[in-house]
Amino acid sequence: MSPWNPGFTTMLAAAPVQQVTPILFLAFAAMTVASAWAIVASPNIVRMATYLLLTLTGVAGMYFMLGAELLAAVQLIVYAGGTLILIVFGVMLTASNPGSVLKPCKWEWAAGLTVAAAMALLLTMALVYTPMTWAYDGPVPVASSIEGYGQVAAVGRALLSDYLVAFEVAGVLLLVVMIGAAYMARKRAGGQSSPEGTGLKGSGSEQ
Amino acid sequence: MITVTLHHFVLVSFGLVAAGVACMVTKRNAIGILMGVELVLNAAALNFVAFNRFHPWDPAGQAPLDGFMFAMFIIVLAAAEAAIALAIILNLYNNLASVDVDKAREMRG
Repeated sequence: MSPWNPGFTTMLAAAPVQQVTPILFLAFAAMTVASAWAIVASPNIVRMATYLLLTLTGVAGMYFMLGAELLAAVQLIVYAGGTLILIVFGVMLTASNPGSVLKPCKWEWAAGLTVAAAMALLLTMALVYTPMTWAYDGPVPVASSIEGYGQVAAVGRALLSDYLVAFEVAGVLLLVVMIGAAYMARKRAGGQSSPEGTGLKGSGSEQ
Repeated sequence: MITVTLHHFVLVSFGLVAAGVACMVTKRNAIGILMGVELVLNAAALNFVAFNRFHPWDPAGQAPLDGFMFAMFIIVLAAAEAAIALAIILNLYNNLASVDVDKAREMRG
């Protein structure tokens, strides 16, 4: 197999630690993509959540290999630890039987696979016909503004300087989302039409 | 032994985005559709970080950080989006006793 980026080979020879990378990369890539497709194939929502955990962990491994340790940690803590738990709570709250199955019909499978195949064709062509000769092929760049603190110091400085507005807006967004989600998910006091017809009793004992 | 380049990371990201779109199109369960959206967001974040790592930069200056920041904000937005989507799905379940998206045909609950 010819390397797309010949400069990387000399770098591998120079830095023996980096030689672990291809095997690790293949392992994590296989885990990520295989479990992503397992989500599509699985009819069971609880298994889908488990496969999503594997995919998120695989992406965190990719971040490690790309030299983004902080981001890998954030991915594991926020995504695998927070968002996924939220999704599992949603599964448990909405399914009277957690193992219940909602199967797509034949033409839905056909439509989905057609869309996926069209995207595969398009993206493969884009990938093949785009020369990426400009790519930097040296060792992993370490963005450290203070010696010994690695990426964390650089990210902290960027958050409070270049990305200050985005950082503040994200904070306000999280506040709005917190209030909005709590407001929307509460049981209506009027007991509109809850399936068991226990709107008032449910709202009292829910908290 | 292969050498890992930008193309390989973009290929993995491509696999993720295709799986995410297929998931969004085929699932009837609203939470399954939400998982498809998460896959697509992860693919985008992975692309950002990969292009950040392989972007040319001046070794004398500061290493690039923009892709990391984009990925970080994507993670924040994904968490917010999941919270709102689950609130909506809970409402749907309260009204219809089901999370089948085909049964949601009315705007009024």
